[in-house]
Amino acid sequence: MYQYIAKRLLMVIPTLIGAAALVFIMMRLIPGDICVVRLGSGGGRFDQRAIDLCHAENGMNRPVIVQFFDFVWGFFQFDFGKSMWSGKPVSLEILTRLPISLEIALLATVIAILIAIPLGTISALKQNTWIDVVVRTVAIGGIATPSFWLGIISILVVLDVTNALFGKPWMPPIDYVPIWQDPIRNLSMAALPAITVGYRYAAVSMRMTRSAMLEVLREDYIRTARAKGLVEKLVINRHALKNAMLPVVTVIGIEFAFLIGGLVVTEQVFNLNGIGRLFVQAVQNQDYTLTQALVMLTVAIFVFTNLIVDLLYAWLDPRIRFA
Amino acid sequence: MSTTTAPGQVTLPAEETIELHRSFWQATLHFCRREPLGAFGLLIVIVMAVTGVFAELLAPYSPTANDFAAMTEAPSLAHWLGTDQFGRDLLSRIIYGARTALIVGLSSAIVGGFAGLVLGVASAYFGGTLDMIFQRIFDVVMAFPLIIMALAMVAIFGTGVHNVIIAITIPLIPRCARVVRASALAIRVIPYVDAARACGYSHARIILRHMVPNVMAPFLIMLTAFVGQAILAEASLSYLGLGVQEPTPAWGLMLQGGAEEYASTAPWIAIFPGLSIALTVFGVSLFGDALRDVLDPKLRER
Repeated sequence: MYQYIAKRLLMVIPTLIGAAALVFIMMRLIPGDICVVRLGSGGGRFDQRAIDLCHAENGMNRPVIVQFFDFVWGFFQFDFGKSMWSGKPVSLEILTRLPISLEIALLATVIAILIAIPLGTISALKQNTWIDVVVRTVAIGGIATPSFWLGIISILVVLDVTNALFGKPWMPPIDYVPIWQDPIRNLSMAALPAITVGYRYAAVSMRMTRSAMLEVLREDYIRTARAKGLVEKLVINRHALKNAMLPVVTVIGIEFAFLIGGLVVTEQVFNLNGIGRLFVQAVQNQDYTLTQALVMLTVAIFVFTNLIVDLLYAWLDPRIRFA
Repeated sequence: MSTTTAPGQVTLPAEETIELHRSFWQATLHFCRREPLGAFGLLIVIVMAVTGVFAELLAPYSPTANDFAAMTEAPSLAHWLGTDQFGRDLLSRIIYGARTALIVGLSSAIVGGFAGLVLGVASAYFGGTLDMIFQRIFDVVMAFPLIIMALAMVAIFGTGVHNVIIAITIPLIPRCARVVRASALAIRVIPYVDAARACGYSHARIILRHMVPNVMAPFLIMLTAFVGQAILAEASLSYLGLGVQEPTPAWGLMLQGGAEEYASTAPWIAIFPGLSIALTVFGVSLFGDALRDVLDPKLRER
């Protein structure tokens, strides 16, 4: 077991370094000199000295390979340099916006799991009945509906419903208050975005639960369990569900990283100042230091959720642990 | 007639792999009977494709023509789906938007899918160091969520239809290659590949003529899923203002700006473009699911 964990931990390093290299190369593929673009965007005149100064400021006068090692080393220390737009340290920009995005992501995960596993299981048990058809349609709908549109529509519905009920429209608050200070205000802000991104998440996990359950229910040991007269509830909960959970755990883990991608769009709809919005602003402002830091952050989240999933897998499935 | 070939390209080889003796129409009929939901999905896709191709004939107005006398007008006989804040006819913009979605969705999925197919099969066929290097590269690229990778690509290449296609295509390549490689590995050990090598065929011939046709089932399932993903990704990018740019009509773009601002007074601006995206991807997904059920031998007896 420890050997497996050690091996799996070591695999993280090449992926992260590879991703760092890719991000580094991509940011240097951007046509034109970043400093010229930056200085020129104001419309004023500037001479070679200003460009040299800007290069020195961003460490661009050093050999590329040194810059790369510096970038990777900074990444491991959570030091990404300064934002080219605001001039503040990138890590500070990210840290102030991380709590709200993380909260929505976690809330969406909880919503997704609570919806996906029971519905997916019921759908598999009642395969090809009307319940199954409804659940499957809802699931495909979740995959097809763009989260930002769902966000716009949900705001619209909330506005209209509150207007009809209380006589004046209610909008969720947009400023972030930590949950321990004002839980009601905090949750009323986070709930709608979480449901919006959670729907897709739930849909994907629901489909996986259903197909995994269908596969497991056809196994011999399920027939054996039923043949020996075990109560159906126990057959489902203990024999089927536990084994069907393996691929579901993988999907939940992988999709968690994709939630960050979903947040990029959803935060825009709800005007939330999270890392998703920061990402869009960074791209719009051509703030390359911030963009590369945020891309690396997403990649790191993806790589580490994958790591956790694999370790969970080993814990759930002895075949992997002892292989 | 790109209308009929567009969805046809997806069905034709798929049906051939299962029922070689049937004609295309017989196979299509068989598919519709077996998978009514999938046939419904296919119908949605075909309608959307026809709309996109014949946009000039179908749209009642020009998608970019402003009618300042009729701004944010509710759906009526003159404007079936209403008008937006610039007095543009929503129905016409949605019809032309179908073309943008079709172009981006199909070209990203097909280019990304085929690049992934060749790389995946080659990786499995050659094995060894090359396979290992490809695998590591795929791992790295797949560590980037699709929309994040696409955003980073847009940061490099800039916005606009062509750049959006590139930005969506690149992250799709390793996702396809990974799946195709897994099936190709199983085929690699079947003796006919060795037999082909013993005959002295070139690597390219073995890969293209002997291995690629046998990984068609997972490939086509992936390809269908890609079309849906690409349409959604394009809509998201355009919504963020980092994809297709005005005045090109695109569904995601239509939801940007005005949709939120006028949501309570003119909800149709927000409702119809989103509905078009959702319905199209819904159709693609239904068809993809049915295709998987038909092509996956593990599911076939069920």
